Amino acid sequence: MNEYNINHLRELEAESIYVIREVAAQFENPVMLFSGGKDSIIMFHLARKAFAPAKVPFALMHVDTGHNFPETIEFRDKLMKETGARIIVRYVQDSIDQGKAVEETGFDASRNKLQTVTLLDGLEELQVDCAMGGGRRDEEKARAKERFFSHRDEFGQWDPKNQRPELWNLFNGKKNMGEHFRVFPISNWTEMDVWQYIYLENIDIPKIYFSHEREVFLRHGNLLSVSDFIPMRDTEKVEKRIVRFRTIGDATCTGAVESKAHTLEDIIDEVAATRTTERGTRHDDKRSETAMEDRKKEGYF
Amino acid sequence: MSDKTSGYLDMELLRFTTAGSVDDGKSTLIGRLLYDSKAIFEDQMEAIEISSKKRGDTEVDLALLTDGLRAEREQGITIDVAYRYFATPKRKFIIADTPGHVQYTRNMVTGASTANCALILVDARHGVIEQTLRHSYIANLLQIPHLIVCINKMDLMSYSEETYEGIKNEYQKVADKLNIKDVRFIPISAKFGDNVVDASENMDWYKGETLLNLLETIEIVDDRNHKDARFPVQYVIRPQSDEYHDYRGFAGRVASGVFKPGDKVKVLPSGKETTIKAIDTLNGELDMAFSPQSVTLRLSDEIDTSRGDMIVAADDVPHIEKEFDAMVCWMNERPMIPGGKYTIKHTTNETRCVVRNVNFKVDINSLEERTNDKVIGLNDIACLTFKTAKPLFFDSYNKNRNTGSFILIDEGTNETVAAGMIR
Repeated sequence: MNEYNINHLRELEAESIYVIREVAAQFENPVMLFSGGKDSIIMFHLARKAFAPAKVPFALMHVDTGHNFPETIEFRDKLMKETGARIIVRYVQDSIDQGKAVEETGFDASRNKLQTVTLLDGLEELQVDCAMGGGRRDEEKARAKERFFSHRDEFGQWDPKNQRPELWNLFNGKKNMGEHFRVFPISNWTEMDVWQYIYLENIDIPKIYFSHEREVFLRHGNLLSVSDFIPMRDTEKVEKRIVRFRTIGDATCTGAVESKAHTLEDIIDEVAATRTTERGTRHDDKRSETAMEDRKKEGYF
Repeated sequence: MSDKTSGYLDMELLRFTTAGSVDDGKSTLIGRLLYDSKAIFEDQMEAIEISSKKRGDTEVDLALLTDGLRAEREQGITIDVAYRYFATPKRKFIIADTPGHVQYTRNMVTGASTANCALILVDARHGVIEQTLRHSYIANLLQIPHLIVCINKMDLMSYSEETYEGIKNEYQKVADKLNIKDVRFIPISAKFGDNVVDASENMDWYKGETLLNLLETIEIVDDRNHKDARFPVQYVIRPQSDEYHDYRGFAGRVASGVFKPGDKVKVLPSGKETTIKAIDTLNGELDMAFSPQSVTLRLSDEIDTSRGDMIVAADDVPHIEKEFDAMVCWMNERPMIPGGKYTIKHTTNETRCVVRNVNFKVDINSLEERTNDKVIGLNDIACLTFKTAKPLFFDSYNKNRNTGSFILIDEGTNETVAAGMIR
C-alpha cells in the first residue's frame, strides 16, 4: 500500500461528490429527489459533503404516494430539521383528485406507477431543469445502461437507444428549453457499498431497515406489511414475524425479509450472504421482464 | 461484523473493460466471472433461465444478464455499454461491457475511457485477427494502463501449450508495434471455467495466475499521475452565513498530482501566484489531497477565480494554448463538418472551437495513417488540428488522462459528437 491509496468507498464518494457539484454548476434549477430510503439518504449526505461549509444549494423533492411507512416520514422531517435543508413535497393524491392520474384497482393496486405523473407535473410547475435520483446501475438491468447524466425530452421520456456517449468524467448537460436531465450520482454504488458507507460514516437511517416484529402476510412470495392501503384476500392470513426491509418504497409493493439483523454490522453480514437482489422484494419490477425500462421511458426515476 | 465482512471495508476499486468479437465468448467469460465469484443472484439467474426458455434456447444464455433493454432482448444483440459490478474480498470491480458489433469503436472508446485494465479476448482457433489488432489499438489509444490477453476456447484446441505459445508470440509482435507497455497472457476456457476463477486442471503447463487472481493483484495506484499538480476549479463555495462570512473555497476533484497546505500554486489563466491555505472537507481539514479526491481548496490570497480556471503547481504548469493537435474518435451519425464550429468541454472548462485541419485518418483495420481521406464520420479515428476561442490548460493525454481529454458537443443538437485526446 502506498500513501496515495484510496479505498473503494472513498473513490465512489469522490466520484459522486464530483457529479453533484457538476449538477450545481451546469443547471439553473436542480432538485434532488428524496424518498427517505437509504439511497436518497446517502445521496443527500454526499450533497452536504460537496458544499460544506455552505448549505446544499438546491431543494430536495419528495413524491409522496400517501402509502408510506410512517417511520419514513418521521425520519424525513427530522433530517430536514437537523440539516436546515429545504424539501418540496408533491402528493400523488393531488394528481388523482385533479383527474390527472387514475387509481389502480384490485388486490395488487399500487400507486407506484402514478408517481410518474405527479413527478413530471411537479418538475414542470417548478421549472426544474435537472432532477437527481438515487438510482444505481446494479439494481436492475435497464438501469445498468443508464448514464450519470441522462437526457429527457420535453415529455420527460428516456430514449435508451439514443443515449449520449459519456466519457472520462466529462458530463454534457446541454439541452433545449423544456427538456430536462435526470442525474444519478450514485450510479456506480452497489447495495453492499451503500451499507458499508452508512457504517463507515455512521449515517442515521429509518429504523424499519433493522430487524423488528411486524404483522405481515405472504403474497407472490413477498411478505407485505399489513396496512389500510392494501386490501387482503380471504385466503391471505396475517402473521407476526421478525423482519426488516431491504428497500423502502411505496408500502403496497415493498416486501419485508425475515431477518434478525439488529445492527449495521449484522446487515452487512446479511447482505454479504444473501443470494437474491434487493429488487427481488419489489413487486413493481415483477410485472414484466422489462417493467423498469417501460416505466423509465415514461419518466419514472 | 464478521472478519470476512469487515475486510470489505478496505478494498481497492478496479475498472476494466472487455474487448472481443461476438463469437469470442465475451459474454460467457463475464457470466463465468460473475457466476464463479458468486455475484449473480438467484432471482437474476431464475429470470434469465425463464427468458432463455421463452426464446427456445437449450442452454442458459448468460448474455441476457447484461442485455437489459427490450430492443436488445428482441433482437438478441447488445446495443449499449452496460456496467456490471462484483467484488471479492480483495477488490471491487466495475466492468464496462461493450457490445461486439455495430458501433464497436464508439462503445469501446467509451468503456475504455475510465478503465484501469482491458481484457482482450482471442479465440484460440483463430489466433490474432484483424479485430484483435483493432481492439488493441483502441486500448492503447485510450492509454488503458494494463492489458490482459485471454486466449479463450483452449478446450477446443486440446489445451495445447503450443497453440498458446504461438498466439502469445504473434500478439507480442502487435504489442511491440503499438508500443504497449504492460501486457499479460492467460490461456482460458470461459465455457468450462479453466483459469478464470479456479486454476485449470487441464493445463498444468501454465504456471501463471488465474484471471481473477490477476485482476485482484495488478498494481494500479501508480497508474495515476501523482506528479503534476492540477486542480480544475469546479464550483466556488461561498456560504454567506455569519459564521463563514469571508469564506471562499474552490471545490473540485484533483486531476493529478498532490496538493498540501503551504504549497506554492499558480491560478490559470491569470497566472497569479499564491499558496494553499487549507484543504477542507465536511469532516475537517486534510494535510494533503491527491487524485481522484474531491476536496475544497482555500488560497492564502484573494485571487479572482471561478469555474473553468485551474490551480496548478507554481513550478510545473501545463500547456496554455489556443491551438493543438488531438486524436479524435467521431461518435455521431452526422459526420464532422470541415471547418465546423463545436463546443469543446475540457476539464471543467468550456469554449468554442473550430477544426482547422484533418492531418490523417487511421485505417482501423491496417492501422495505416491516410492523409488523403478528409471525411470523418461515425466510428472514425483521426488526427485533427483545433483552434479554440480561449486558451485551454492541458497536458498531453499520454502524460495525463484527466487534463489531456475532451469532448466535442454539436451546438445545434447538443449531442456529444466526439472524444478527443490531446497529442
